[in-house]
Amino acid sequence: MSENDRYSYDVVVVGAGGSGLRAAIEARLNGKKTAIISKSLFGKAHTVMAEGGCAAAMGNVNPNDNWQVHYRDTMRGGKFLNNWRMAELHAKEAPDRVWELEAWGAVFDRTKDGKISQRNFGGHEYPRLAHVGDRTGLEMIRSLQQKVVAMQQADAVEFGDPEAMIKVFAETTITDLMVEEGRIAGAFGYFRDTGRFVLFEAPAVVLATGGIGKTYKVTSNSWEYTGDGHALALRAGAKLLNMEFVQLHPTGMVWPPSVRGLLVTESVRGDGGVLRNSEGKRFMFDYVPDVFRAQYAETEEEADRWYDDPDHNRRPPELLPRDEVARSINSEVKAGRGSPHGGIFLDIASRRPADYILQRLPSMYHQFKELADVDITKEPMEIGPTCHYVMGGVEVDPDTGAASVPGLFAVGEVSGGMHGSNRLGGNSLSDLLVFGRRSGLGAAEYVSALPESDRPSVSEAALDAAAAVAVAPLERAEGENPYAIHGELQVIMNDLVGLIRRESEMKTALVELDKLRAREAQVSAPGGRAYNPGWHLALDLRNMLVVAECVAQAALERQESRGGHTRDDYPGMSPEWRKINLICSATAQGTVSLTRQPNPPMRTDLLELFDVSELKKYMTEEELAGLPGADAAEEKH
Amino acid sequence: MSYKAALRVWRGDAGAGELADYQVEVNEGEVVLDVLHRLQATQASDLAIRWNCKAGKCGSCSMEINGRPRLACMTRMSVFTPEETLTITPMRTFPVIRDLVTDVSFNYAKAREIPSFTPDPSVKPGEFRMQQVDVNRSQEFRKCIECFLCQNTCHVIRDHTENEHAFAGPRFLMRVAELEMHPADTADRREIAQDDFGLGYCNITKCCTEVCPEHIKITDNALIPMKERVVGRKYDPLVWLGDKIGRRTHKDTPKVPGKP
Repeated sequence: MSENDRYSYDVVVVGAGGSGLRAAIEARLNGKKTAIISKSLFGKAHTVMAEGGCAAAMGNVNPNDNWQVHYRDTMRGGKFLNNWRMAELHAKEAPDRVWELEAWGAVFDRTKDGKISQRNFGGHEYPRLAHVGDRTGLEMIRSLQQKVVAMQQADAVEFGDPEAMIKVFAETTITDLMVEEGRIAGAFGYFRDTGRFVLFEAPAVVLATGGIGKTYKVTSNSWEYTGDGHALALRAGAKLLNMEFVQLHPTGMVWPPSVRGLLVTESVRGDGGVLRNSEGKRFMFDYVPDVFRAQYAETEEEADRWYDDPDHNRRPPELLPRDEVARSINSEVKAGRGSPHGGIFLDIASRRPADYILQRLPSMYHQFKELADVDITKEPMEIGPTCHYVMGGVEVDPDTGAASVPGLFAVGEVSGGMHGSNRLGGNSLSDLLVFGRRSGLGAAEYVSALPESDRPSVSEAALDAAAAVAVAPLERAEGENPYAIHGELQVIMNDLVGLIRRESEMKTALVELDKLRAREAQVSAPGGRAYNPGWHLALDLRNMLVVAECVAQAALERQESRGGHTRDDYPGMSPEWRKINLICSATAQGTVSLTRQPNPPMRTDLLELFDVSELKKYMTEEELAGLPGADAAEEKH
Repeated sequence: MSYKAALRVWRGDAGAGELADYQVEVNEGEVVLDVLHRLQATQASDLAIRWNCKAGKCGSCSMEINGRPRLACMTRMSVFTPEETLTITPMRTFPVIRDLVTDVSFNYAKAREIPSFTPDPSVKPGEFRMQQVDVNRSQEFRKCIECFLCQNTCHVIRDHTENEHAFAGPRFLMRVAELEMHPADTADRREIAQDDFGLGYCNITKCCTEVCPEHIKITDNALIPMKERVVGRKYDPLVWLGDKIGRRTHKDTPKVPGKP
């Protein structure tokens, strides 16, 4: 293996979006020699596409906000399937992470008294999202990128080399993790520009690879979202949690076809936009589910008053959690009340003055003007659901981000549990920061506790095996076209394991995925090693197929509807199913096996943050027994 | 509405290359990147293109379309006639890696030379107080998606590679301006803007502003005000006097040393 480039690090972070950069910064701050592996150029990761904001209960706009309220909103949004400890840490620590980012150079929009401004968003009781117009993700990734640069500048002074302690490997893809005797020993991959293989030897690897959106046809996700981290973890022996929960963002563009799925930020609704059907009706009032009825307005008048007087009015139903809004849009379109191109209308033009729209939503204006010839200050947008986020992911320890394989950590979208069955808008950027820091710290502490003599080393056999897999598509002179297989996969997932799911369709999907896997084994990538996208896609396909299998299997198993998993044949939410987590792991044969695992019960002091009458909508009698007030609530009914 | 477009796409690497002719289907509403993707999927699976978001937010798919620096994802096919041949080439200023992908590492090296955000250490996180009107300008510059089209188009380096060491380019002179205008920053980068980053090379032809996909007024709002600040600093009689009589300690922040 003379052509291998070998590097040795304490911590290798795979992924250079918000969570990866925050993890790497923390590992470096704790004295660890850290590598950041970026599939794209530095600063281009999917985080740049986040628009609305970063949720943190700072109370800058409404002083009633605090971590308890944020915690409650998060659990409600996730339909109480969230890992409660993660939701607790997230709600408590998000404000500090936002303030820290500001001290590192982020320039958020301001309130009148000069603090960080906060905006309304779906499912959040108070204005909570720190934001920069509608390009908050870009601000976040740029601030973290510039913090890495600042640390490198300090290292240049101290060590004479800016890359002595933290280095970014841009356009580098990891294809396999190296595991020796059940522990992480490193990561293997290739440089895109030359196609040369590279080995990173490291006792700790933090997966921060984001999501799986590219397994779906209509998606708001960028090309990098091929489920790499999910698949790497699975192959390394870790477990994936609740992969059936895939969030369809209610508002993606629907026209023209080439931009179908492109995100339209929830801020449009947070800032006053409303959804209308072809009859001009604000239909969301018809779709407020029982569990949320107490918190949402029943008339347009009350909903409109709420923007100025949130203390005495209830929220507009357009700001229900995303899963509810996506399903409602789907129902309206199915009932024949959709827009000309199969979506519905999102209207802010008739509700807010043009200069307000331009100030608050500049990228949305730009996006519609340039890609669809629509002026959003004058006419409504046509929108529809688009695959946006996977709530499922690597099962991790809430406090440290550690996966079940020693030395492996996961953070951000690739990790599971935090968001339960449905993520609230704005809770992703804060998730990246809170758990980015925690997993970076977790990895650093793991390495510190490991004696130098006990560091695992990568065996030549493992290295050869990884190289053989990676080079295979290039060596097949003839075979399947990776682009064609990818296209078919996206259609299968979109049509058969999409927003509304049925047993028969998911069974068909599993059969079809089997066939695709057989074809994927014969995939061929003509051309050379240097920057060959056909080859890159061929290797990504392996990951997407296994992830798709996990989603389909888990979706078939869960016989209820909850959050980002809606079953036509099991439309209700079941308190019994709330107690169950579905776990995917890889078998020795490389297939996926699915098991059930109990969902850990919530700590009592956290349970007590809720009214028992609310908990009764989600939990079994048995779970509520013994809780103070349980009997009283019984009497009220 | 579909038609076949004639594309001439530059294929090659650092050693050599040439324009290759293709006929590719185009459908209503598509952008140049859609058509390049179709070419990749059906005729040239190894065609190297750099792209990420396909939404004008990441700044990866910078290239030259009929000689004009543009983002392929934000260039609609409808701006060309169906009869027109599209010539698609990599950004000319940067070394080619393969096909339409260039080596933009120059930009990352320049970014590392600019002294970072330097807040007053006595201000703790959470204590920053800034008015919206005071952060508007920095925010305009922070809309930059680092597509490097401005860097590519600026003739100071496009036509004169020898200037690369002395000139940081519009993107990074704008970064200096952004930090200088940040209300909570305490460093002074005016002297290095001129001496190390080559602000004086800019003769305000506004080519950078013209190609900016984010419509940032780079020349008017960043470069010209920066030039004024530099001049103000250099010819301020009080600063001159303070330096002369030794009452003013040298406060300019030095450039950060690069990798030796």
